[in-house]
Amino acid sequence: MASSKVSRRRFVAGTATLSTAMVAAPFVRGAYAAGKLSVGLWDHWVPGANKASEEIIKAWADKEKVDVTIDYITSQGNKILLTSAAEAQAKSGHDILAISTWLPSRYADLLVPMNDVMDQLIKQNGAVNSTVEYLGKIDGKWIAVPATIGSQIKGPCSRIDYLKQFAGIDIQAMYPAGAPPKADDWTFDTFMKAAEACHKGGHSFGIGCGTTSDSVDSAGAFFHGFGAHLVDAKGNITVKSDNVRKALDFYKRLMSFLPPDVPAWDDASNNKWLVSGKGAMIMNPPSAWSVAKRDAPQVAEQLWTHGFPKGPAGRYAPFLPYFWGTWKFSKNQSAAKSLLLALSQPAAVEQLVAASGGYDLPSFSKLTTFKIWAEEAPPKGTLYHYPNPYDAQVLSIAAAPAPHKIGEQIYTQAIMTQMVVRHAKGEAMEKTLDWATREIEGFSRN
Amino acid sequence: MADIAARSPTVSMGDNRSSLHKLMQRKSTIAFLMALPLILLVLILVAYPAGYAVYLATLNKGMTRFVGFGNFEFLFGRETFWMVVYQSCLFAITAVIFKAIIGFVVAHFVHNIPSKGQRKWRGMLLVPWVIPPAMSTLAWLWLFDPSYSAINWILAHFGIAGIPWTGETDWARFSVILVNVWIGSPFFMIMYLAALKSVPEQLYEAASIDGATWWQRIWFVTLPMMRNIIAITALFSLIVTFANFDIVRVLTAGGPLNSTHIFGTWAFRVGIEGGDIPLGAAVSLFMVPILAVAATFILRDITKRGSEV
Repeated sequence: MASSKVSRRRFVAGTATLSTAMVAAPFVRGAYAAGKLSVGLWDHWVPGANKASEEIIKAWADKEKVDVTIDYITSQGNKILLTSAAEAQAKSGHDILAISTWLPSRYADLLVPMNDVMDQLIKQNGAVNSTVEYLGKIDGKWIAVPATIGSQIKGPCSRIDYLKQFAGIDIQAMYPAGAPPKADDWTFDTFMKAAEACHKGGHSFGIGCGTTSDSVDSAGAFFHGFGAHLVDAKGNITVKSDNVRKALDFYKRLMSFLPPDVPAWDDASNNKWLVSGKGAMIMNPPSAWSVAKRDAPQVAEQLWTHGFPKGPAGRYAPFLPYFWGTWKFSKNQSAAKSLLLALSQPAAVEQLVAASGGYDLPSFSKLTTFKIWAEEAPPKGTLYHYPNPYDAQVLSIAAAPAPHKIGEQIYTQAIMTQMVVRHAKGEAMEKTLDWATREIEGFSRN
Repeated sequence: MADIAARSPTVSMGDNRSSLHKLMQRKSTIAFLMALPLILLVLILVAYPAGYAVYLATLNKGMTRFVGFGNFEFLFGRETFWMVVYQSCLFAITAVIFKAIIGFVVAHFVHNIPSKGQRKWRGMLLVPWVIPPAMSTLAWLWLFDPSYSAINWILAHFGIAGIPWTGETDWARFSVILVNVWIGSPFFMIMYLAALKSVPEQLYEAASIDGATWWQRIWFVTLPMMRNIIAITALFSLIVTFANFDIVRVLTAGGPLNSTHIFGTWAFRVGIEGGDIPLGAAVSLFMVPILAVAATFILRDITKRGSEV
């Protein structure tokens, strides 16, 4: 057997060549030559929606020769939240994991920067809105990729007939299918008058004031509409401002036209309120409409999803994006990035949106005009304005622009809705503001 | 039995082997080995998580540096924390008192049912206790639903206005305690029933001869005979109720205005949902001194019972 001595110079040259080859061409042909990848996605509530993501991932895996396993993790009982917490603690888990709105900042130190992926996607699919940037880009670095699956706008979903009958508003004319909105008159004042008229007509608006995300998101958009921020971008507490006072007074009046039990509502309550035929409007993605289509078609025929009313500081709508992130301890980061790119290709995104019945929303500006939103019915065009196709409203998140660690606490502890309920139940304005200030001071600790 | 094994003859094969053999034949060694699987389970599933929780509670919010008792000091200055302490005590103490009273009364009723039909009643009364609490609480959630409460629907038929079961502070607290009492009373009932059956009938006969009324029979015969079991059941239940999570989480999620949060649910809100794991760990650890006092009472009572026997 011939033997040859390997010099130090030759060894270094050899390993360098091998390393270069591995980095440049990670997905060489051969059965699962590019290794394994585990993916944890949000388990979609729409029957059959998981199938679309499964097909996209399988097609990518076959092409790239990667052995992929997918876990669909439910958000029921906070399971997906607990999964991310457990994986972060254990420093072990999925190579790609779906993480909810505030988690990119929470796990910024543990997630792989995605600038290369996002630069490519933004170039291809258009810019992302400022809320996605606020939540997903930390200290100039993209920490996660905005996911199509699960991302949603929680704008108004209204009863066409009730708004016409009680408030004299033709919401379809204001937000016509296939055309830009004509909503200059759709202001907080008009909204309040409509809320009062529908309440008197026995069909109140159903806007929750509980501690779950639907309630918090609505409050956040109204607060933004008044320019009312509890904490500014530098972390200064700005609770005691005129804008916050105006927002609280607005909500106090609004609550007198809402069902009396809204402080106890959860994320299912508003859906039930609309599907039962009692409500004239809720703030929700089209899930309530979707359920109505199945269970109460006569209600679904009268539903129209449209833009938020405009406040003194602008027209803001709540946007709740999901993200896909890759842990730094992932063993196959290059394959993960490749899959994230594949999942955000326009054709893949359209497939995901179609499978969700129009519920899922991409965060990129060029991907808001898929035909499904124009064609979904009844009534035809009911979802046309859902993805904000004309950029007619600012997509926002409650508690922004506070530094993330404070904003997340304001959001999860529902400080805004708690302020609203306290004040509406008769607590003096200054006392409510003092309470909120003390709570937020506690969130500011490091 | 271990005694038999200890007397079995040994074969002399060197000192070391002989001493090992002797060690393995000792009753305490055998007992330890038999208990070892359980000890390992307790270490893995109880001791390690508890130790880890203590470690987490000593870190700062970003989990990057040691802050000692900093999280506890911070909690002492928080208004919401003291509200949670008050609510946890209110929830646990009120629920245990009602569970004990209802369990005691129902146990007497069941005890007086002729033995032929007693088994059916015992089975039926245990149903709330054997259903997983998260499931039964979900049913209660529907009964208390803010907009579509079945109970309110019935009340409306009698012209009574709907009750905001989970929407107003006092009603929400009442609701979570009610569900806990509903779930927990059968446990008290079955424990008290077992104790009642062990009270010698002669004592009641003697009391009757002495002309004791039903109240005197309960006060001077039944209660003293059940004293130990009442204490142990109440204290055991106190521990479990303090550490409750599912009922509040499913029914009110701590609302309205944080007025039904207890240690477990608030720790989850702060630690997992809010991303402040060290503070969440500190909140949950605050249960330890309270539960330790209860546990001390239990152990003391058990020892006392043991010495009486």
